[in-house]
Amino acid sequence: MISVEEFTEQLAAEFEDVEPNTVFPDTNYRDIKNWSSMYALIIIAFIDANFDVQLNAENLKATQTVRDLYDIVCQKMNA
Amino acid sequence: MSFVTVNNVIIKGMAACVPVDVYDNLSYEHVTVSERELFIKTTGIKERRVANERTSTSDMCFEPAKQLIDKLNWDKSEIDIVIFVTQSPDYFIPGSAVILQDKLGFKKSCLAFDINLGCSGYVYGLYVLGNLLSSGQLKKGLLLVGDKSTVSTSYTDKSAYPLFGDAGSATALEFNTSAEPMYFNLSSDGSGKDAIIIEHGGSRHGIQDDTFDLVDIEPGVQRAKRHLKLDGIDIFNFALREVPSNVNELYHLAQKNITDTDYFVFHQANKLINESVRKKLKITDTRKVPYSINQYGNTSSASIPLTMVTQLAEELSSKKQTLCLSGFGVGYSWGSAIIDLENIICLPLIEI
Repeated sequence: MISVEEFTEQLAAEFEDVEPNTVFPDTNYRDIKNWSSMYALIIIAFIDANFDVQLNAENLKATQTVRDLYDIVCQKMNA
Repeated sequence: MSFVTVNNVIIKGMAACVPVDVYDNLSYEHVTVSERELFIKTTGIKERRVANERTSTSDMCFEPAKQLIDKLNWDKSEIDIVIFVTQSPDYFIPGSAVILQDKLGFKKSCLAFDINLGCSGYVYGLYVLGNLLSSGQLKKGLLLVGDKSTVSTSYTDKSAYPLFGDAGSATALEFNTSAEPMYFNLSSDGSGKDAIIIEHGGSRHGIQDDTFDLVDIEPGVQRAKRHLKLDGIDIFNFALREVPSNVNELYHLAQKNITDTDYFVFHQANKLINESVRKKLKITDTRKVPYSINQYGNTSSASIPLTMVTQLAEELSSKKQTLCLSGFGVGYSWGSAIIDLENIICLPLIEI
């Protein structure tokens, strides 16, 4: 598994018009500029495509920060 | 899983129809411009066709059916069966197939009935009609598939309104002992019933005092109980979980090789879902996965025939092609098929 920093960088690239060095592991991903509910689907697709892990609505509800997402992906990969 | 085959039936021709009115999602003023752009980029849906209040689902199937019969030189009296697949019928009762039997001038001994399925409906419809023709007792049949989904969406629901377009289609099938087998893998999971649902209006809840009251669900999502509700995350998870495995299992059981397939025509759910399914199936040649969603949106049951008619007409009408079809969604209901088509009649898209 990649580091949380790399994960953060890749996830940030999924967002439109995000300036460099504005998203960190402890950023609440719902606070990223221009957040909309569409990004929930984009995050699920990103994580499925890159880590072959499926996040459901409850997983997303239980997470706030990028690091929370990273942790749940690691957890599911090891399950 | 239900793996089944249909023998002795060929597809003779296809036609599809959309309303003439174009809705551009860039003009969807309920959300911000950047949200519109993100929606179009993510779902692939730039434009949709929307039927006006005078146009019903059966109207969008009548015209392709009529023109297809003419082009095939079929005598109306030869048509033994017509099946109509829709979740937006003209009336609660009677069914739309019966209305079209009369309107199209078919004989009274023609079987006519409806099937209530959405996104999976074209694949299921091919199986049901194919099966009923395969014994040779009924010789010629029409599969009419369409939806006027926009009649049920709320303008103030950004999760559903910009997704759906209206369309209808007609597919002509015929008993033929030299036909290649059609292979199907069909499934259902009613535990997903709440993911796409119109809650009020049926016999469960009927029409109540609050049926038409708009309710705030979340930012940008306001609808009434009469409107179509769609849970994007649940549907996405369902599609990722079930569709690639259903298709892979079909190839395994049919003893076919996925690389021998010319085109994969998926239900046009949205581009993010469909591309995820494509990648999971390891289909790297994107030319093999045609889309009609950018121009017509998610057209529910009609999306597979509409994509075939608008994107593959030349190939289907000039050579032999092996296609994989896969429909998935409301229910949940899903299914895939491997079919061979050779020099079929494929009419240009009809607009009404």
